[in-house]
Amino acid sequence: MHRRLFISAWLIVSVLTAGMAFGISSSAAASAMSSLSPETRMDGQETRSYGTTRTLVVGDRGAYASIADALSDAADGDTIRIEAGTYREYALLVDRKVTILGVGRPVIDVENNGEGLRITADSVHVEGLEIRNVPTSHSRDHAAIRFERASGGKAIDNILDNTFFGIYLARAHDMEIRGNYLRAYHTRESISANGIHLWNSNRAVISGNEVFGHRDGIYLEYVQESSIHDNHVEKNIRYGLHFMFSDDCVYHNNRFEDNGAGVAVMYSRRVKMTSNKFINNWGASSYGLLLKEITDSEIFENEFSGNTIGIRSEGSDRVKKYRNRFHRNGWAIRIMASSMDNHITENNFIDNAFDVSTNSRQQSRNTFEANYWDKYSGYDLDGDGFGDIPYRPVRLFSLIVERNPMALMLLRSMFVQILDLTERVMPTITPETLVDEKPLMRKVAL
Amino acid sequence: MILKILKYQLRDVFRSRWIIAYVLFFLVLTDVLFRFGGDGLRVATSMMNIILIVIPLASIILGAFYLYNAREYIELLLCHPVKRHQLFWGMFLGLALPLVAAFAGGVMLPYLYNAASADAWQAALMLVFTGSMLTVIFVALAYYLALRFDDRIKGLGLALVICLFFTIIYDGIILFVIYIFSSYPLEKPVLALSLLNPIDLGRILLLLQFDISALMGLTGAVFREFFGTPLGMTVSVASLLLWLVVPVTAGFRRFLVKDF
Repeated sequence: MHRRLFISAWLIVSVLTAGMAFGISSSAAASAMSSLSPETRMDGQETRSYGTTRTLVVGDRGAYASIADALSDAADGDTIRIEAGTYREYALLVDRKVTILGVGRPVIDVENNGEGLRITADSVHVEGLEIRNVPTSHSRDHAAIRFERASGGKAIDNILDNTFFGIYLARAHDMEIRGNYLRAYHTRESISANGIHLWNSNRAVISGNEVFGHRDGIYLEYVQESSIHDNHVEKNIRYGLHFMFSDDCVYHNNRFEDNGAGVAVMYSRRVKMTSNKFINNWGASSYGLLLKEITDSEIFENEFSGNTIGIRSEGSDRVKKYRNRFHRNGWAIRIMASSMDNHITENNFIDNAFDVSTNSRQQSRNTFEANYWDKYSGYDLDGDGFGDIPYRPVRLFSLIVERNPMALMLLRSMFVQILDLTERVMPTITPETLVDEKPLMRKVAL
Repeated sequence: MILKILKYQLRDVFRSRWIIAYVLFFLVLTDVLFRFGGDGLRVATSMMNIILIVIPLASIILGAFYLYNAREYIELLLCHPVKRHQLFWGMFLGLALPLVAAFAGGVMLPYLYNAASADAWQAALMLVFTGSMLTVIFVALAYYLALRFDDRIKGLGLALVICLFFTIIYDGIILFVIYIFSSYPLEKPVLALSLLNPIDLGRILLLLQFDISALMGLTGAVFREFFGTPLGMTVSVASLLLWLVVPVTAGFRRFLVKDF
């Protein structure tokens, strides 16, 4: 009786789960992959029982001593299971639809001979490997894992240690790059390469990766409709995230910390960046986020803290920035006069040396409205939550520093505070139109 | 002997009301900032602005007043077998130490009972260090002035002017220089200029704590080298010490030979 109940319950649950899996997922291939639990995929015996696909085991106890042998023997749909150990192989060509699984974290040591895996077949799944020592080259883009004109593949939970390029996607669409750990050790831009590099690859999902010490942590060029989320990108030589000509992408819950020049995004439309953290990017030309020719985009609920410049905006139009936190930055926002029609609202500006600075008195219709400024000293007599007198976030001193950077020396000097005060009482030099007409009296709850 | 004079001085100072007011000023201010601002780091940043104005002013005025008022007491003691250098150090430490203690205590107490984080403590200690140095430096300046000018109006007036000069006018001059010579490489001259003003020095020391992210925005390599390394800290602290030694020695010399 009990047994029967249990079985019927199990049936209901499994039918429901399967239904949900197929219902939610947009790509059928991806859902088929993900509905297989890792246990069944890991277990060679089980897979073998289907008959049509085989599991080729590489390792001391397996049928193959080298990965290359297994690859040349494999057919579409096979699984290549690599047992723990160190494999001194390189330039492995994957031209069949196989699943490559590392069990117990096998190491592929390229020993500076060239690239690691080159994948040219669609729907290849690479998981659980550690690939080491891919050399710098000035003529070839050596990568630990390269997908070349191969779509629908996955690279999951791999460790790429001391590589030139980490994961390289060229004309590979609908890819999933998840939970990889990438680490490189170069100190100069010219001899290092990007961690996760996408070129001409649409609809990618890049999530949960950790990237350290590369040139650019994540680099995208001509990539459309992709989602980049929950990555941790730290201490890369140039940019944490760098993308160009990549429209309609979404970036959320990423953490970009202490990268050489922060995050730079350029020449893209309809970008959405939310809930990211931009932290401690220091330097004369370093930004939390550099927006260059970014249009029709939204930047909301991000945290910018401890950066020399929180957001620098150049030639970026119709960008909405709202509900962001700017804490302890040198400059929270530097908005160049070449940026138009930006809407900056409901942000918290707290403990920044300068809230907003700009390079021109003529402001091109950028609106600042209903932000919380910790330096605002107005009052709210009618009690509507907005200050009754407008707030001018551009200090006179920030204009002085704009013209003479050396003057930054005088930050927080009494003299400078008096200058700012007189300007605030009678604005004559600071941009007239750059003003928050209804500053918030209380912090935006974020 | 110094200790004996010091002990008497301390008792005298702690009995007076202004030192209590001085403690309370810092105590209440820090406490209020904690209540409104929240974390200790922000409090330290706000306190920095206040300290850089209040401490030099209070120290130099109190110092000058104190020495002028103690004139008869000094004359009386000098009739006795008290060595002049002992008396000087007793008088100097007798004012500088209570002022430092009052300031340090007033600022640190709220940090104690608000259980501030390690970061905040580091900032607070830097604050207390800079404030204490400024206190001692400006007391020394005041003593020198009070010994140099017998006319109390003149001495106090000059003390005010010096204080104003270092807090405001000096920075105006620096800004002026930066503007006039903006087409020249100015990094080193401006750096040197700011080393010549103890208040600027204190300000830079604190900026290194609180506004490093903004300071890194400076394009000049000299500045980044200076600010980015312990060298900057060392040079600033050394200059502060120099600022302490010079007026104290000058006052001391004058005290030794002065005809009261």
